[in-house]
Amino acid sequence: MKLLVCCVFVVLACQSTLADWVRQPFWYDDARRDKVAKGTVWPQPKSIQTSTQSLSLNPDSFSFTTTANSATSDACKDVLDPALERYRALLFWIPADARVSVSGDSVVGSLRVSITGTCTKYPSLDSDESYSLEVPSSGEATLSAQTAWGALRGLETFSQLVYEVDGKHKLNVTTINDEPRFPHRGVMLDTARHFLPVPYIKQNLDAMSYNKINVFHWHIVDDQSFPFQSKTYPDLSGKGAYTQDNVYSPEDVQSVVEYARLRGIRVIPEFDSPGHMQSWGQGHPELLTSCSPTSIQQDIYHLGPANVARNSTYDFMQRLFQEIREVFADDYFHLGGDEVHFQCWMSNDEIQQFMRQQGFQNTTEGFAQLEGYYIQRLINVLNGFPTRTRGIVWQEIFDNNILSGDFTIDLDTIIHVWQWNNSNFQGIQYWDELPLVTAAGYKAILSSCWYLNFISYGRDWPEYYACDPHNFTGTAQQKQLVIGGEAPLWAEWVDATNVVARLWPRASAAAERLWSPQTLTDATAASPRMEEHRCRMVRRGIRAQPQGPSYCKYEWNLAGESNYVPTASGALGMMGYIQQLLLFCCLVLTFGFW
Amino acid sequence: MKPCLAFLVALSLQAAVAEWSYQTSWYEKARQDKVARGTVWPQPRSIDTTSVRYYLDPRSFKLEADSSSAAVSDPECKEVVDHALSRYGGLLFWIPEEDRAGVDGDEILDKLVLTITRGCTRYPSLESDESYSILVNSDGATLRAQTAWGALRGLETFSQLIYGENGKHVINGTSISDSPRFPHRGIMIDTARHYLPLPFILNHLDAMAYNKMNVLHWHIVDDQAFPFQSATFPDLSGKGAYTRKHVYTPDDVSQVLEFARLRGIRVIPEFDTPGHMMSWGQGHPEILTRCYPTSFQPDIYHLGPANPARETTYTFMRKLFEEIRQLFADEYFHVGGDEVRFQCWNSNEEVHQFMVQQGFPNSTQGFADLQGYYIRRILEILHQVPETTRGIVWQEIFDNFEITGDLTGLNLDTIIHVWEWNDTRYQGEPFREEMAKVTAAGYRTILSSCYYLNYISYGRDWPQYYECDPHDFQGTEAQKQLVIGGEACLWAEWVDSTNFIPRMWPRASAVAERLWSPQDVADSEAASPRMEEQRCRMVRRGIPAQPQGPSYCEYEWNILSQLPNYRPVITSSGLRVTEGLFHIMFLDVLVLAVVKCLA
Repeated sequence: MKLLVCCVFVVLACQSTLADWVRQPFWYDDARRDKVAKGTVWPQPKSIQTSTQSLSLNPDSFSFTTTANSATSDACKDVLDPALERYRALLFWIPADARVSVSGDSVVGSLRVSITGTCTKYPSLDSDESYSLEVPSSGEATLSAQTAWGALRGLETFSQLVYEVDGKHKLNVTTINDEPRFPHRGVMLDTARHFLPVPYIKQNLDAMSYNKINVFHWHIVDDQSFPFQSKTYPDLSGKGAYTQDNVYSPEDVQSVVEYARLRGIRVIPEFDSPGHMQSWGQGHPELLTSCSPTSIQQDIYHLGPANVARNSTYDFMQRLFQEIREVFADDYFHLGGDEVHFQCWMSNDEIQQFMRQQGFQNTTEGFAQLEGYYIQRLINVLNGFPTRTRGIVWQEIFDNNILSGDFTIDLDTIIHVWQWNNSNFQGIQYWDELPLVTAAGYKAILSSCWYLNFISYGRDWPEYYACDPHNFTGTAQQKQLVIGGEAPLWAEWVDATNVVARLWPRASAAAERLWSPQTLTDATAASPRMEEHRCRMVRRGIRAQPQGPSYCKYEWNLAGESNYVPTASGALGMMGYIQQLLLFCCLVLTFGFW
Repeated sequence: MKPCLAFLVALSLQAAVAEWSYQTSWYEKARQDKVARGTVWPQPRSIDTTSVRYYLDPRSFKLEADSSSAAVSDPECKEVVDHALSRYGGLLFWIPEEDRAGVDGDEILDKLVLTITRGCTRYPSLESDESYSILVNSDGATLRAQTAWGALRGLETFSQLIYGENGKHVINGTSISDSPRFPHRGIMIDTARHYLPLPFILNHLDAMAYNKMNVLHWHIVDDQAFPFQSATFPDLSGKGAYTRKHVYTPDDVSQVLEFARLRGIRVIPEFDTPGHMMSWGQGHPEILTRCYPTSFQPDIYHLGPANPARETTYTFMRKLFEEIRQLFADEYFHVGGDEVRFQCWNSNEEVHQFMVQQGFPNSTQGFADLQGYYIRRILEILHQVPETTRGIVWQEIFDNFEITGDLTGLNLDTIIHVWEWNDTRYQGEPFREEMAKVTAAGYRTILSSCYYLNYISYGRDWPQYYECDPHDFQGTEAQKQLVIGGEACLWAEWVDSTNFIPRMWPRASAVAERLWSPQDVADSEAASPRMEEQRCRMVRRGIPAQPQGPSYCEYEWNILSQLPNYRPVITSSGLRVTEGLFHIMFLDVLVLAVVKCLA
């Protein structure tokens, strides 16, 4: 009798009546069903076939395996192994106590990764990122890529195919053949207007990899501060950083570069000159042009752009760039060159003399030539490095060449197009600039329509989504010269408090534009995938902001664990206590104390 | 000789190192006039500062309540004061121990004595006295207030007077006499368009206290979701919340109330009716009006505003309001009343019949009558749960009664919340006209029209909030008196926990100063250096307030630590179910074994 009662109690206690109740769909799910996709990929792959047949994953037994080809070579394993480790953690998110057993379901037991080409230590502009992914109705899933970088993209896609239904991790039978439309897909962060602590940079690198973005353009210094700590010239950050806490040590930079490399992301440093150099002048005023009268430069230092007349300036740059090139691994180096106002140069005798010497007129054309001369000397510095190094410059450098009629800049320099023309800025429209740049034979990157620092009320990502780098009149050959684009987030109004939420998921719109086929242009159709993607990022720890009234199953910090005020976790709830009580009674009965 | 030399070398090295670390960075010179030090936000009514500096020693400084005053003798005061003293004990000093310089030999300020001259209430109210005075001189520092709420404001001010200099906490000789310009200084949060986890609400309440805001208007439910868990009608959140996790339990609400009370902040709930009720209809479709043809309400439910024709609607509301009033302590209750479109009522036979019965014409005027009838009934209910309860309504209710030409249905003790404006984005009543009309009719009013923080634009936007004054309308002195304050609103269509705090702060601080400080403190250029200090102070205290232009804070958001929130905790802290059961059984066996041994 006791045993019987005991059994009843145990059954009662163990049977989770609660489970059904918890999984009951909510009214809003109905309304949201067509608004949120499940198991979709962002950015959309080039070719994807999905069936409605769903398979389950067992978090306890799922494994990654590697084919004994390049995938097991040291060069590939170096990137692949940590990636498998990362994606193992990203594949499954349902809390252990909310998981439902998948026994009896058709299960995908493993993903076999194969790499058929060779792997390089660092990703580059020429890296092959293609991959193919096969999730068959039975047996092993397979991922095949030419390089480790392609394998990374494929792993990200695989992880995005997984969705949650009733406590199970599911994915559908799928075949994917994918590669990016553009090889240069970047995000620019500005760490000069506000310093960004390293953990936030790394967090953004994670988010970039979730969006298959492969370039981190690091606008590391500017007028306002010089946070890059140089060993050669310690006074640059020693006097030019906001404070001595607000600096990136060589170790910091290396850790960022390494973190990026493991995610297939190139880190391109920008040391903007000859303009935007006020902070350089704090430690090294000799580098800059003294403006006279001083009213030209309103601040207390009266220093303008780099002093292009002095050989010592070029020597300085050569030594600094050498050091930078050693810390940053990429073949490309962003030299800046934007927004140089010529008044200060015009006001300086030394510069005037130098221009006469060089035969430059005392006109706008002459000053354009002067800047061109300066940049070409910097490019020569880059060309002189033992490892191949090429420059990227903002569009003014190219525009200057047009102005002076003298195309002095090396053809393997990339022109970064950023201007636009509307009520808040009167520049050249990108669809007017790109034809000129590409007709002259230069490669181009577009940023004009992706200035994420500009904010407005409401759902703004469709405008970034709609902008296409091929939206200009030109030959197929000219279009070929557009290698991609970058979404810049200038940091006048952004620091660690809001950088992640402001960048994501708005940068995701640019990510899809740069990866997916050109024909994919309907933002409304993309919305349900976007919704899923933003919640996926939040679930993975990226504070991506919302895009209209909604919820995510896993909200930012919903569990109540915050660094701020620890609140009691929900603990067991009533059912838990009843369960406990029942079990206790059962034991009492079994042992027969009363 | 040698040891002596070594000693000298060490000494000089030490000095060099110290100098280097104290060396000011270039940007500080440029910033010197951009960031203030030891200034108070919002600006006190009257403040005199001398150049005499006193130094505080964090190890020995004392915050004391005057034991002969109500601060100690009145238990209501003591509870609030004790909590506040322990909070401010943690906020007064922030320089990390290893960076602190000794203050031996400096003129020391060793304590602040707090006196409460009157008595205290358990909860703050619209009538609470928040005035206080502070004196810092060579005799020490004193803070005097009438009530605990005034003491809280004074402690905040005192904490803001302290600034850091070369590793020392410093305060200047100061004399302050302060009281708020408006008694109702609020912020509206919307937890229906997106759910806000509790810690973010608490974080926000702290930020409010740092800005002397005293009303949290909690727009808790709306069309999109009903996160308030009602014991009387569990299906409201049971079916109307986004998910079961996206709810505020009675316990959650009590936590918010208590956290707010201890900071002198009132929590006013809003249960918006008769419009904006879609989520209510999920659990209780019977209280809403069914729209015919269904195209009026294009969603899948075809339910419109509350059904004003049914007596059961009012019975339902009474029961719900009773529960809410018992939970929320404040005497004011926001019953909404905005944006009701009449088409759905117009399409419903039952409503039509009711209107005929009541003698309302079948016209806009008639529907205004109908809404007036509904609101009158709702306000009557409010006055009974219990009778001290008063209503706050959005301005449409007043406009509506104006249309009907009969304001008798709108009790004069109701507060009218003015929110509309008229520009290219929205064509409503211009708020200056509305304020004049509302006050001319004798109603008290709250302004929000120019404080809609959900609207964002590029760049430095706080001056526009700063420069909008609630008294900026044509009216008599008596009419101005009826303006009891304002509220900054952050509607949550585009806001959730990922961006809530940085979007709110420090933009809401601009509103805070407008509502607290004298009317003539209105120059945003002059206020900028104080604003910069206030934003960095908030960041230092754990509020991720966003920046207002290129700059830095001495203590940046999280600069010293790894990201605490990098991975949200989504794996349950609990064990797996079977493991958990096993664990419990094991414990039970253990307990029984112990009991048996003892026996």
